[in-house]
Amino acid sequence: MTAETMEAPPAAAHTATPPHPLREFWGYFSANHGAVAGLVIIIAVVLVALLADVLAPHSPYVTNTTIALQPPFWQEGGSIAYPLGTDPIGRDILSRLIYGARLSLLIGIVVVAISIVIGTVLGLVAGFFRGLTEIFIMRLMDIILTLPSLLLAIVIVAVLGPGLMNSMLAVALVILPHYVRLARAAVITETSKDYVTAARVSGAGTARLMFREVLPNCTAPLIVQASLGISTAILDAAALGFLGLGAQPPSPEWGTMLADAREFVLRAWWVVTFPGLAILITVLAFNLLGDGLRDALDPKLKR
Amino acid sequence: MLRFILTRVSLVIPTFLGITLLAFFLIRLVPGDPIETLAGERGIDPARHEQLRKEYGFDQPILVQYGIYLARVLQGDLGKSMITQEPVLSEFSELFPATIELAVCAILFALLIGLPAGMLAAIRRNSIFDHGVMGISLTGYSMPIFWWGLILILLFSVQFDLTPVSGRIDVLYYIEPITGFLLIDTLLSEEEGAFWSAVRHLILPTIVLGTVPLAVIARMTRSAMLEVLGEDYIRTAKAKGLSRFRIIALHALRNALIPVVTVIGLQVGVLFTGAILTETIFSWPGVGKWLIDAIFRRDYPVLQGGALLLGIVVMSVNLLVDLTYGLINPRIRHHR
Repeated sequence: MTAETMEAPPAAAHTATPPHPLREFWGYFSANHGAVAGLVIIIAVVLVALLADVLAPHSPYVTNTTIALQPPFWQEGGSIAYPLGTDPIGRDILSRLIYGARLSLLIGIVVVAISIVIGTVLGLVAGFFRGLTEIFIMRLMDIILTLPSLLLAIVIVAVLGPGLMNSMLAVALVILPHYVRLARAAVITETSKDYVTAARVSGAGTARLMFREVLPNCTAPLIVQASLGISTAILDAAALGFLGLGAQPPSPEWGTMLADAREFVLRAWWVVTFPGLAILITVLAFNLLGDGLRDALDPKLKR
Repeated sequence: MLRFILTRVSLVIPTFLGITLLAFFLIRLVPGDPIETLAGERGIDPARHEQLRKEYGFDQPILVQYGIYLARVLQGDLGKSMITQEPVLSEFSELFPATIELAVCAILFALLIGLPAGMLAAIRRNSIFDHGVMGISLTGYSMPIFWWGLILILLFSVQFDLTPVSGRIDVLYYIEPITGFLLIDTLLSEEEGAFWSAVRHLILPTIVLGTVPLAVIARMTRSAMLEVLGEDYIRTAKAKGLSRFRIIALHALRNALIPVVTVIGLQVGVLFTGAILTETIFSWPGVGKWLIDAIFRRDYPVLQGGALLLGIVVMSVNLLVDLTYGLINPRIRHHR
């Protein structure tokens, strides 16, 4: 419904003034129902993460073996006090999932922030200085890309030691090449344009050219890649958690919860079903958002 | 043509050196004494320590050490497992067929469903079928496969008792490894029921490992097909009055397959990543599970050598894909 109402004004104002860029963007974005759905889910997950202290009915850590492995409320033996049931040591699964949303979002944002900052700087440097610097940086990135991403992350974590921090660093390194390549490609196309020459002629230094002139013009692909990168980061960090290499118990990280619950799969379906569902829905939402952003920001695909 | 092959092959050399450098330095990042790390002996006596120092070349400058390591790798010496004392390379080659068998089945599964689904979605663009295929494939692409495996076990093994939970074959069969591929070995052994047991054990791991490639192939086929269907030669073929089937099967599909072939090649890395998770869930005795076990046993030579070997395999497959791509598409070959 919102799609039609939002699209109408720019069309009406077409003859007078061009629509505001943000409004134009929203017009394209909101036409993609999947992307809007993704955005709504992400906002919901963010709200859940922020309001975890208010929303969670129980503490995510308090154990109570007398209520271990209670099924969800709609099954026989379940109670409304523990809506999604309890885990093998009697913790409320819903509360753990709610606090887990905090961790997953934190992982996604921190990982992407690290690799977007380092990646953009490396890409800008490679694009501006060319020569040996460029060859060195790009070859290094090719090597990282050659190795299967999770394998590299696993090896790094195995060497640095398991834990949330190390797994975030490992995943950040693994997704780094995408940002370096994007930034470098953007620099190479942008530097040949007139506005860069103009800035250079008027005496702008390399640093100013890099960060004030060129960088703002390659943000669109970086934003798209960031959204897709968050989904990869959440997925890979959860996989590391599942293998016992990421966040360590009793942390309510979704992948770690799955690892804890694995051996109970034959007896209690709910302990494995819900954490994985949470991962799937969140990752799917970021992928939907990324696809929508790409379609809305990529001028080549605009009708 | 020869020049094309030579350039591509020579481009692999720096990558190979890079991977070995990575493997070489990573092991030195492990906290603690590198000799104790590699030899697995804690509280080692000084004389033995000195002997190992010489043997591994730790008394040499770091570049010389790397040279020694590289020379060893090139001779196929990747060290010995600290737990079994077996050479890493022979353990790897013993377990690798199980991983390949699983990976090949997974990619076939992905192709058999992904190609037709992507094609039909492109032909019936914007139909319910198209939206369904795209929705399912985006879900598959977002799937945490370690969870997907558990859910499939829950459904097929626990609820309906259709498939086994783990392993490659029922324990009551003993199959002499000839090729290492159980599907072939069981047929050769002529043991009653062994083949079907192997097949039943393969079903769930194949689905789990094939899910992400399936999603990628379906999406890629659809978009490649859509692009080709908009080309002039398709309009010409239509104008000539060719049947719809002929146009799609003969004119469109062949051209649409070119980008799809590359994507399949790129999925090899994804497959090995997935194999690590899939093998862990189903206790599949391949190299992925071997690597994870090595981490928890702190068996560093296996971790170092195994990761290096997997990296080399992926690198070689990428090279092969690159070369085949040049063979089927002359435009690539003559470009620069």
